[in-house]
Amino acid sequence: MAAKDALGRRGEEIAARYLASRGLAIVERNWRCPQGEIDVIARDGGELVFVEVKTRSSVAFGHPLESITPVKLARLRRLAAAWCDAHPGGHDTIRIDAIAVIAPRVGDVEVEHLERVF
Amino acid sequence: MLGRTYAVSLLGLTGEIVEIEADLSSNLPAFVLIGLPDAALGEAKDRVRAAAINSGCGLPNRKITVNLSPAALPKHGSGFDLAIALAALAAAGTVSSESIGGVLHLGELGLDGRLRPINGVLPAVLAASRAGFESVMVPTGNADEAALVPGVRVIPVASLREAAIWHGGEFEPEIVEPILRASAGDPDDDEGDLGDVIGNPDAVEAMIVAAAGGHHVFLLGPPGAGKTMLAARLPGLLPDLSARAALEVSSIRSLAGMSVGRSLVRRPPFEAPHHTASAAALVGGGSGQIRPGAAARASDGVLFLDEAPEFSPSVLDALRQPLESGLITIHRANAVATFPGRFQLVMAANPCPCGQYGARDSECTCPPAARRRYVGRLSGPLLDRIDIQLRVQRITAAQLRLAHEARGVSSAAARARVSVARAAAAERLVNTPWQLNSQVPGAWLRGPGVRLAPAVTASIDRALERGGITMRGYDRVLRLAWTIADLAGDTSPNAAQLGQALYLRRAMSN
Repeated sequence: MAAKDALGRRGEEIAARYLASRGLAIVERNWRCPQGEIDVIARDGGELVFVEVKTRSSVAFGHPLESITPVKLARLRRLAAAWCDAHPGGHDTIRIDAIAVIAPRVGDVEVEHLERVF
Repeated sequence: MLGRTYAVSLLGLTGEIVEIEADLSSNLPAFVLIGLPDAALGEAKDRVRAAAINSGCGLPNRKITVNLSPAALPKHGSGFDLAIALAALAAAGTVSSESIGGVLHLGELGLDGRLRPINGVLPAVLAASRAGFESVMVPTGNADEAALVPGVRVIPVASLREAAIWHGGEFEPEIVEPILRASAGDPDDDEGDLGDVIGNPDAVEAMIVAAAGGHHVFLLGPPGAGKTMLAARLPGLLPDLSARAALEVSSIRSLAGMSVGRSLVRRPPFEAPHHTASAAALVGGGSGQIRPGAAARASDGVLFLDEAPEFSPSVLDALRQPLESGLITIHRANAVATFPGRFQLVMAANPCPCGQYGARDSECTCPPAARRRYVGRLSGPLLDRIDIQLRVQRITAAQLRLAHEARGVSSAAARARVSVARAAAAERLVNTPWQLNSQVPGAWLRGPGVRLAPAVTASIDRALERGGITMRGYDRVLRLAWTIADLAGDTSPNAAQLGQALYLRRAMSN
């Protein structure tokens, strides 16, 4: 596994734990379809939450949130629809969140969570 | 979180207060600028973000929405940068919202966070003062200019960091070298003295009459007759600008990007555009930002058009509206701008393409048709608005020798006469809306109480009967006669002064 993939895995792990600690129920992780991958799918009360997790080891090359572009968000939206198609049932309300994880090799990990980014 | 402050949007010389609101929302990082910005203002978001980071007071990684209201008013230029940056910092909680709400901000940001001076600070601060703002924050390079407006507290800052500290931001002060405006020479150019003019006593006297009454002048004569020399000396004969005019002239200079200096411009401006000037260059224009032209820059001073027939006729006729109303109104699809246009027009022309027609010492080689066509390029309606139309001759060797013995009247002496005559006219016109003889309509001069005795006006009555002058020309002669009387210290013109006035009108008569 390449170092960047390992970092991404670690970030997703941290994000999932963070969401769980906030009281969200994790529905699925790393759901794949031909169009791409959804990092985390969780349930927050009646709401289905699709989460994009972005991890960096430092902000030297920009904040992780800055790298979530409108194109990436649009893909996430299409993926959310694909997930709903693949999992029939009442999905009345969905929302798309973004989580930034700054995880340096040593030192404290920082998590930033933005709700309803799309 | 919301941050709110104010800036000024200039349209011509009128400034409108623009409210700048910044909202920080919990969303992916973005900087959105709304409220009809033009291209230069649209780029403000990149300048603001870079300047904030490089000044050490970075913006949060959230979505920042900046609204410029009134949202329907088109806004131009880079002068909003400081206000946008501070509103965003206030939204982020870095500086005090209350503090920035009470101050109006002007200035362009460099990427390093330093503030650059902008054009038009004087009219913008004036607008702020009229709108009731007591404090205005400007770039250090504009501080002198902003301080010319009385009753406003000017806060000069060199960088965004300094501005943020002033508004309660907790940063370590950092001394930066302020960006100053390159000074573009002394605004008070040497005008030359009237005493330098040799011979041509008629023309010198005509210039004094023009200065005293504010009359427009047309000088016709061969090359080397001293037309340009005479015209360039007219501003030197005019009295110092009044407080209102000084503020207006300085504002126009500021808007045109010319240096203003530490004090208001006190001497009347002199503008001499080249004859290849376009209509937009002369009266002002531009598609995005409407900028003042030479005529507006010459307001309350002298606009000199040398080689007037060489100007494009449509360009010259664009001056008819300001000559009539004293205002320059420029209409564009998205806005109407108004500039002052109370300039005194001086036009100079050769009598024909070769220039020698009518000269005593050389022969004209132009066919009559070419001569007629040449002077015909100046439209009748334009010439009709010019009170003094004078023929100037080259001086002869004898006059040159005589000139060594008696020097002509100096500018200082002439200006003193002009001031006395202007005071007399103002006193006579005290209960009217006019101050100068050139502003008085003919009907009033022929009206009750002011009308001259038939014996006095006999010469011009006869000229009118014979068709030598038109009714409009008749009124112009009356106006000139009043100015000549004011200069002579008489309470009303006599027959000789009317004759002299008629002489000043007759250069173009055929």
